[in-house]
Amino acid sequence: MSRVIIRSLNKRFDGVHAVKDVNLEIHDKEFVVLVGPSGCGKTTTLRMVAGLESITSGEIMIGDRIVNELPPMDRDIAMVFQNYALYPHMSVYDNMAFGLKMRGFDRTEIANRVKAAAEILGIEEQLQRKPRQLSGGQRQRVALGRAIVRHPQVFLFDEPLSNLDAKLRIQMRVEIKKIHVRLGTTAIYVTHDQVEAMTLGDRVVVMKDGLVQQVGEPLELYNEPANRFVAGFIGSPAMNFATVEMADTEGALWARHEGIRIKLPTELAGRLRPHVGENVTLGIRPEDLHVASGSDMADLSFDAVVEVIEKLGSQILLDVRVGPNTMVAAVEPTVKAKVHDRLRLALNPERLYFFDRVSQAAI
Amino acid sequence: MAVDSVVAARPYVSAPRRGPVTRVLENERWFAFFLLLPTAVLLGLFIAYPFVKGVLLAVTDAKVGVPGNFVGLQNFAVLMNDSIFRVAVWNTILYTAVTTVFKLALGLWLALLLNRHFRAKALTRAFILLPFIIPTVLSTFAWKWMFDPTFSVINWTLFHLGIIRTRINWLGDPGLALISVMIVNIWRGVPFYAISLLAGLQTISPELAEAAAIDGARPWQRFRYITWPLLLPVTMVVVLFSVIQTFADFQLVYILTGGGPANATQLFATYAYQVGVGTGLLGEGAAISLAMFPVLLVVVVVQLLYIRRVETL
Repeated sequence: MSRVIIRSLNKRFDGVHAVKDVNLEIHDKEFVVLVGPSGCGKTTTLRMVAGLESITSGEIMIGDRIVNELPPMDRDIAMVFQNYALYPHMSVYDNMAFGLKMRGFDRTEIANRVKAAAEILGIEEQLQRKPRQLSGGQRQRVALGRAIVRHPQVFLFDEPLSNLDAKLRIQMRVEIKKIHVRLGTTAIYVTHDQVEAMTLGDRVVVMKDGLVQQVGEPLELYNEPANRFVAGFIGSPAMNFATVEMADTEGALWARHEGIRIKLPTELAGRLRPHVGENVTLGIRPEDLHVASGSDMADLSFDAVVEVIEKLGSQILLDVRVGPNTMVAAVEPTVKAKVHDRLRLALNPERLYFFDRVSQAAI
Repeated sequence: MAVDSVVAARPYVSAPRRGPVTRVLENERWFAFFLLLPTAVLLGLFIAYPFVKGVLLAVTDAKVGVPGNFVGLQNFAVLMNDSIFRVAVWNTILYTAVTTVFKLALGLWLALLLNRHFRAKALTRAFILLPFIIPTVLSTFAWKWMFDPTFSVINWTLFHLGIIRTRINWLGDPGLALISVMIVNIWRGVPFYAISLLAGLQTISPELAEAAAIDGARPWQRFRYITWPLLLPVTMVVVLFSVIQTFADFQLVYILTGGGPANATQLFATYAYQVGVGTGLLGEGAAISLAMFPVLLVVVVVQLLYIRRVETL
């Protein structure tokens, strides 16, 4: 059983409370991604699991052991670092073999394991080279190989792809996923890139300011964000937000603001009725907006003025002004719009989000 | 179109005329020459000229006030049969070898300590540099006082701790004099090693140590397999500089013992000085100094080759 359990984990650096009361249970063979902006405590959490950072309070269990006091080498983990951290004076082979040598494996076993890992990663040709003779992608493969050969209980990844160019990053992302499917080793992966988090993670942990904001499967985070931060962080382009006032007119609930007047569907109205007369934050994903046609109802659409047009190919992003707010709409590539055009945007009433103005929590 | 091109060309035509100096300096070759000139003059004046002059002196029988005649390698032949010269050669090699080992070991130890995080780190670092900053003559006089047979603070301490019963004649005892001089040299040389090696340590990414820790390397293994190999190029350069300096050391011995007692601390440099300046046999003195050169040359070549090999690994 290679599960990882984190209980009430806290980390204080002098004066800074970097990780606040994190609770997390990572199941055997699960791939969990910690994601959040820089300084959110995700890397610190990972380093505490690795044993590279001391724990201020709380408990970390790997497998069935509490590892709080164990040095990194006794935790049966392997880590892939952002800057690869390959030993520059050793060949690729020696880099991958080092951990096994330190643990006293015999030569043939080491050779077999390194060969197997090199095959998985496609770096058999590079085994005798030095790290600096390799490209960034190859170095990252070696770093992965160094982790794989150890057959650890848990893989820890600290932003392993952020030094690669965009194309290579996507390629390596797929490979990491394949390796995980193949080996089935429990993995904790840290990144600030929400796309990476969504594509890799069985479950994603969104963190901010040392606090866990939400834990869930990728689509759960996308469809049911727990608060405004998660809603804005997950999804690209980011969710549009506008402050609206809830009003009860003729028995129906309306979200109103300059330029916006939306009639809420019945089930949403039930949840929002207690907020009548208050201001709340409305969230609409760019992909849930489309240019209104005759079949769209007037009370589920609003006028917008096009300010910028980003033609991405598969879709067009319209940066529009709605009253005092700017919004982004991801529309069909067939839409013919010009800058300064006034058009009517319709929304999908089932995909409206509302957040409390104070607590930021989803309503 | 034609009008346009004339307009565009005008700024060039009406640019201020450049003087002859500017024109010469615009030429890259001349500019490089002028940039290198001060260095070349200084090197020529203070390195090349004295060296050539020394070589020329070494093959004459010049004395103070006597220009001297060409005598070929006679001065060197005399040295071969000079027992004091042989003592000086042996002393110099021993002096350099022993102090280098101690300076490297202590310097590395200090550097590793200073590479950790602790309170008052900057202050400690400044203190460690002190022996290096104080003028050698000044600190050596202090040491001479500490080694003084009558007033030695070292003797006083050892005596009152009950470790010794009679006073030790640090600089007067032929068996102890060289050791005493070595101690001072080590004391003075350690900061250079410590600071240089610390600079080298700081270029090694801490992530490597973390990766090795996760890989299962214990602290000693992390040093042996990661830190030491990566520090080696820097170490070699530091040792190279230090060996050259120590081999030609003069000030310490000159002040502490003057080469005595009975040549027990005689080194290349002090003996060359004693013969060349003290006795006035300029030719022979120059020959002694020059005898260091092949030894140092071998040391330098071997180490530079090694550094190159390590760096191309």
